[in-house]
Parts: sequence; C-alpha cells; structure tokens
Amino acid sequence: MKKIEAIIKPFKLDDVKEALVEAGIEGMTISEVKGYGRQQGHSELYRGAEYVVEFIPKVKIEIVVSNDEYANKVIEAITQAAKTGKIGDGKIFVSDVSRSIRIRTDEEDEEAL
Amino acid sequence: MEMNYVIDTFFAIFAMTLIIFMVPGFAMLEAGLVRTKNVTSVLTVNVMIYAVASMSFMLIGYEYAFGSWDHQEGISKWAFFMFQMAFVGKVVNIMSGGVSERSRILPLAIFTIIVGAFIYPTIVNLTWGANFLSGTALDISALSDLAGSTVIHSTGGWALLAAILIMGPRRGRFKNGKVRVIPASNIPLVTLGALLLWIGWFGFNGGSVGAISSKENADAVALTIMNTNTAGLSGAIVGWLLTYFRYKKFDITMILNGALGGLVAVTAGPDQYDIYTPILIGAIGGALVVLFVPIFDKLKMDDPVGALSVHLINGIWGTLAVGIFVADVSIWTQLKGILVVGLIVFPLSWITIYAINKIFVLRAEDEEQLEGIDATECGIEAYPEFKRSI
Repeated sequence: MKKIEAIIKPFKLDDVKEALVEAGIEGMTISEVKGYGRQQGHSELYRGAEYVVEFIPKVKIEIVVSNDEYANKVIEAITQAAKTGKIGDGKIFVSDVSRSIRIRTDEEDEEAL
Repeated sequence: MEMNYVIDTFFAIFAMTLIIFMVPGFAMLEAGLVRTKNVTSVLTVNVMIYAVASMSFMLIGYEYAFGSWDHQEGISKWAFFMFQMAFVGKVVNIMSGGVSERSRILPLAIFTIIVGAFIYPTIVNLTWGANFLSGTALDISALSDLAGSTVIHSTGGWALLAAILIMGPRRGRFKNGKVRVIPASNIPLVTLGALLLWIGWFGFNGGSVGAISSKENADAVALTIMNTNTAGLSGAIVGWLLTYFRYKKFDITMILNGALGGLVAVTAGPDQYDIYTPILIGAIGGALVVLFVPIFDKLKMDDPVGALSVHLINGIWGTLAVGIFVADVSIWTQLKGILVVGLIVFPLSWITIYAINKIFVLRAEDEEQLEGIDATECGIEAYPEFKRSI
C-alpha cells in the first residue's frame, strides 16, 4: 500500500478532487496547513508598519491506495489538476503504508481501502 | 419658561444617550484591535469602566467638580448630572485602550476610581466647574474648550502616556530593536466601534452647547453637530489619502483613526467655527494620526489602538485650533490651558499608576500575556471554537 501526500494551493482543491474522482479514487483526507518553501511569504501593511506573513495557507491531501499503478494515477491526476506553472504549486510525497484497518468492520489492509 | 426647561432637559438626556453609544463604541473598537486571546478581558474592562467611573463620579467626583448639585438653573439637575457623568468613563477608556493586552483588571479598576473621583473632576473643576484656582496664576477657566479636546481627550491622553511609560510595551512587540506588528483580530468590530463613537460625538459636542430651546441655541447646536461631522469626514478622507500615498494601501484602521482624530480636533470649538474651518481642522487631525502612529512605534511606545495620536496629539491640536481660527480666543490662553492640564494630569497619573503597579501589579506578567488575559483573568475566551493566534 502507498500513501500519497500532496500539498497544493488551496484554490486548486476542487479541481484536484474532481480529477481524483475521475481517476477512480473513492476517498481522501484533507487538512488546512500553512508552510513556506521557495515561494517564501509576502508582506502586509498594518498601521504604517510592514510585516511578513511567512507561512502561506496550503491544503494537504492524503490518499492511501493499494499499489503503484493506482499511486501513479493519483500522482498524474494531482500534478495535472494542481499545476499553475507558478512558484508555490506544492509538492507530492509517496510513502509505504504497512497496515490499514476499517474501524466499522475490522477489515484489514486492501479490503479496508 | 417651563417649556424651555423641559426641552433643554430633554435635550441633555438625549445628548447623554448618544454619548453612552460611545461605551459600546470603545468596547467594539478595542475588541477588534486586540488579539482574540484578549477580547473578553478588553470587554470586561470596558464594562467595568462605565460602571466604576460613573459611580465614582456620582458619589465623589461630581460635587468636587461643580461645587454642588444645585449649580445649574436652566435644566433638571439630574439631567445635567447624567450628561456630565457620560463623559467620565471616556477619560479612562482612552487610557485603558492604549495599554490593552497587558493590563490586569483589578488594578485598572483602582485607577478608574481615582480618575472618576479625583483626577478628572479636578480638571473639570478648573475649566467648566467651581474653579478652586480662581484668581491664581494657574487659573485656566478662560480656556475655550466646548466639549473637552483638552478636558477629556488630552486628560485621558496624558494618563495613557504615563501608563505606557510605566508599563512598557506588550510582550514581543519590539524584537531586537525592531517593531513587530501585532495585527487586529477583527476589522468589522473596529469599524462598528469607530462609527458608534462617531455617532456618540454628536451628543458629546452638540449636548455641550447646553441648551436648544431658543432659535439661537438651536442654531448653535445644529452648527456644532454639522461642524463635528465635517471634521470627522475630512479626517477620514485625509487618513485614506495619506495611507494611500505613503504606503500604496488603504488601511481601514488608519482611516477610522483619522476620522476619530478629526473628531477630537474639532471638539474644542465646533460652535465657534464657520462651516469650512472644520474641514481644515479635521484634515490636520487625520494627518497627525497617520504621522504619529509610526512615530510612537519608533519611540517604542506601544499603543495598540492609537489613542496617543488620536486623543493626546489631537486634543492638543484641537485646543490650539480655537486660538488660531477664532478671532477673540487667544492662543496663549489655549496654550496655558493645555500646559496646566498636562502638568496636573501627567504627574498625578504617573504617581498613581506607578504606585498601583508597585502594590497591585498592573502589568500582566509575560507568561500571562502569552496565555492571554482572557484565560488568566476572565476564564472565558471570546472565541473558544477558533484557533488562537500566538
């Protein structure tokens, strides 16, 4: 099993979700996160003093799939849907998952996905 | 004759009611400008001030200021008291707003009693009241200050200056010699609060004319309210233009502070100006706010709501403005009034706040500031379902 973690621009979430559903993905977990990379922050002004908002809001999507084939489909769907070509589009991380359990039925591993 | 008495009494009560709109005005303005972790404590302080300052004034301050309860003939003495009482909390509000996010509530309540019973009534005594310095070199009863650019706004401003010097900035406001911005948590509340203050100002200045039941008085009241409003308008416009030209951004908090600066500046003499002078007075008032907010930042004087610029600086400017624009008011009389009030209020406040801070510890510890005064003093968070800022 593979876990795909993608950090994307928040306004791209709807596009990415649609692309994933089209690729046959049935479930995902998202969270609102903040961070910065090469995009750095941006400066704002308050009462005559400038300040830097260092951490920019992003959305993190987490998906666990059964094999590499699905993982590649997910990665392709996300990269296509989330790309703007500008700095700050985000990153995707893939890792191995050793076990999964569906709480309602006690099903395990691929059955639980 | 009796009809005039009834109408003028009604007018005083109506003006007083408008002024009381400034209680939620200050409360909302400050609640919006502080971080979410200090909102409940700021609101608690605002309600405390209204109750404690008014009560102190009723029991002690009022008679001290005016000599007796029976000094007023044209209107009901109870209405006159209520109108005067409406002002007293404002003086403490100016001080408490400027030291919000770092003051403990109980020590602040002790200071509120002293301002309501003693410090503010002393200034009223000297200017609008019984005048115990009559005939001495310090007699400032000739000061032309209709509704209190000096008597109320500068008085609160001097007390705030003393408080800021004693208490120091909020934890983390200045880091390695640099200003660290602590942005407002709720701009809609700031806007609501400032506009409520603006409405309150019509009663503040209009009511200070004292009577409305003759043609002359009605004209004076209407002119006063019109001029008050005009100065607020030009203060807002100048705040808007100046922030735009200086920073290429529209900062609503500065635009509203600019409007309030204009309103403070016109307060000393709105009944004596023609309808165009307040445009200039308010414009300079708005400009002073935009200029002085960053200056106080540079001086490391932490004032989260800009009260020094709005009330102290513009209280002084507004009082001088009467001497500049009104032919039969001497600028020296005005200057003397400003200086005498400053020389009384600043040392008195400084000693009082210093003692309160030593005995009862007015300034919240760094740990408490980190946690937020809501949690440490009130036990009620204003927005428990939202994430708190650091």
